[in-house]
Amino acid sequence: MSNEKNISLKESATFDRSTMAEIRRAAETGIYDIRGFGAKRKLPHFDDLLFLGASMSRYPLEGYRETCNTSVVLGDRFAKKPITIETPVTIAGMSFGALSANAKEALGRGASIVGTSTTTGDGGMTPEERGQSSKLVYQYLPSRYGMNPDDLRKADAIEVVLGQGAKPGGGGMLLGQKITDRVAQMRNLPKGIDQRSACRHPDWTGPDDLAIKIQEIREITDWQVPIYIKIGATRTYYDVKLAVKAGADVIVVDGMQGGTAATQDVFIEHVGIPTMAAIPQAVQALQEMGMHRKVQLIVSGGIRNGADVAKCMALGADAVAIGTAALVALGCNDPKWDDEYKAIGSAAGYYDDYQDGKDPAGISTQDPELSKRLDPVAAGRRLANYLRVLTLEAQTLARACGKNDLRNLEPEDLVALTVESAAMARVPLAGTTWVPGQKY
Amino acid sequence: MKTFDLAVSTVREFNQALHDEKNIVTEKEWAATNPKGMHNIAVGLDADIAVDIHGHAGYFCAGMNKTAAVTIHGNAGQGVAENMMSGVVRVKGDASQAAGATAHGGLLVIEGNAGARCGISMKGVDIVVKGSIGHMSCFMGQSGSLVVCGDAGEALGDSLYEVHIYVKGTVKSLGADCIEKEMREEHIAELTGLLEKAGFDEDPSAFKRYGSARQLYTFKVDNASAY
Ligand SMILES: Cc1cc2nc3c(=O)[nH]c(=O)nc-3n(C[C@H](O)[C@H](O)[C@H](O)COP(=O)(O)O)c2cc1C
Repeated sequence: MSNEKNISLKESATFDRSTMAEIRRAAETGIYDIRGFGAKRKLPHFDDLLFLGASMSRYPLEGYRETCNTSVVLGDRFAKKPITIETPVTIAGMSFGALSANAKEALGRGASIVGTSTTTGDGGMTPEERGQSSKLVYQYLPSRYGMNPDDLRKADAIEVVLGQGAKPGGGGMLLGQKITDRVAQMRNLPKGIDQRSACRHPDWTGPDDLAIKIQEIREITDWQVPIYIKIGATRTYYDVKLAVKAGADVIVVDGMQGGTAATQDVFIEHVGIPTMAAIPQAVQALQEMGMHRKVQLIVSGGIRNGADVAKCMALGADAVAIGTAALVALGCNDPKWDDEYKAIGSAAGYYDDYQDGKDPAGISTQDPELSKRLDPVAAGRRLANYLRVLTLEAQTLARACGKNDLRNLEPEDLVALTVESAAMARVPLAGTTWVPGQKY
Repeated sequence: MKTFDLAVSTVREFNQALHDEKNIVTEKEWAATNPKGMHNIAVGLDADIAVDIHGHAGYFCAGMNKTAAVTIHGNAGQGVAENMMSGVVRVKGDASQAAGATAHGGLLVIEGNAGARCGISMKGVDIVVKGSIGHMSCFMGQSGSLVVCGDAGEALGDSLYEVHIYVKGTVKSLGADCIEKEMREEHIAELTGLLEKAGFDEDPSAFKRYGSARQLYTFKVDNASAY
């Protein structure tokens, strides 16, 4: 790269090379960029928060001898059969279609080993994922692809999807390359078309209608299983209040870092609010309604390690969900495929063209040859290992803060490194008592 | 015949009775009186039974129906027979919006008119309406047939996939990618069968057929104005 050699060349911060490349791409193709993955820009995130471990004024717990509970009951507000997860890290909804059948099976296997749940996606429930997932959440999406009452009754919980953090206000997409015979048949669509999912539910509009819709689902399932509502983080305070009012047992808030299988880049990068900013809004809404911990809050969008998990819980979440990190644990973007990533114009660590269906790792593809590369048993074990690490890391931090349950972590255990993260997370700037925006 | 008076029993009790296997093997005929616009009546049925609802039903009546025959002797609220899989749902009066939304199979007959978004996102159901239908009907319809003996509102069949639409009266406007198509013999045969099943005495040759131009099936720059 010439400017690294010649320091007199100055790259524009406004028109950097990536920006210019996008202008050229747009000029050549005349169509917006569609890609997978989540927001790639730098956003205020959990790295900007730190824990205050115990010392004189707080009492820590012994790392190995004293227990720190990680299990959580989800959906005991109305459902006869709430779900108990052994670790508060769940697997987010990712469709068969976007992902290969082997990848879906691997997610089910990994989650089941550690006693947590997986989630279907836009496209219906496959027998493979039902078979391999001890706890399966069935998504009820605007498209209603593959939606049927038999699967509804087979589910351990039902998640009504209003939106996703990567594209609040937008519907799903699955481009023709991935609409194989099986995917087409499950979605009742012609093979090979560029499928656009609806962004709104077809048979209800506002929150009052949603309350009736939720009641319908409860009636169909005889009030057995919990009903979640998933929202993309935007006006989270109001949306959470409305979701509680509509009758949700569990609310899933997905921040703008959240991954996607295929969305316009402009949407991924410019709509929604960061996960960290959404949690305090959601918790405030729940607390004001006297529903915090009664309606459980699951948070997703950019969760990578046990520190992120613990920080979400400290801010008031009951559990988290992961998408991208789970795919990476299975083998997505693995350097061992670098040559093949390069051959399709990407590189290991950068690959985001999930929509193309050419994933060398065999995960975001419907190509039978590529899919075969992913061994669902081995990949499932990798995911289980990773989930265990997240749990152990979160426990380590909780014990250091003197907590015998991850859910005993509290905002008071946190400080912020930057003014903006202090304002968004509503915790003090480190070394001060200052929470921007809060009155004293 | 087992009858529930919904002025006395709850919708929950009625639905639970219709779901309980021991009930539905012995009793094939069920009825509800005094529905008074209550929501979610007779949803999630999965049995070869007949259910008569005497009065007006609220939202999502007969939602997700499988195999059962549900008749509403009155009007139906929003989303009647939504996501139906099989069986027959008949509305003697008018149906509100989103009738038969996303339904995968079976037959929905509306003897009156249907509101907006009739057959929205339908996935294999057959819908036959004696009267007229509202705007945005069959939006993103994927498969099945929609028969309208009266008129259709604005933007019929917008972003349509493979539904066969037959309308006898006028169509206020067609949605993106929906066009009038030639009525061939096989279509006359299909329409004749549907009208017969619905029990409507209409002349199939008086109908026009509409379907997808299939121009929006793949992203093309030239179609940018339609996206
Ligand atoms: C490949 C892929 C497919 C997805 N498919 C769906 C889907 O079908 N329905 C849905 O609600 N969310 C879907 N999502 C979003 C996830 O459920 C989740 O909200 C998001 O991945 C969380 O953020 P993270 O990826 O940073 O962990 C998908 C995400 C990915 C990466």
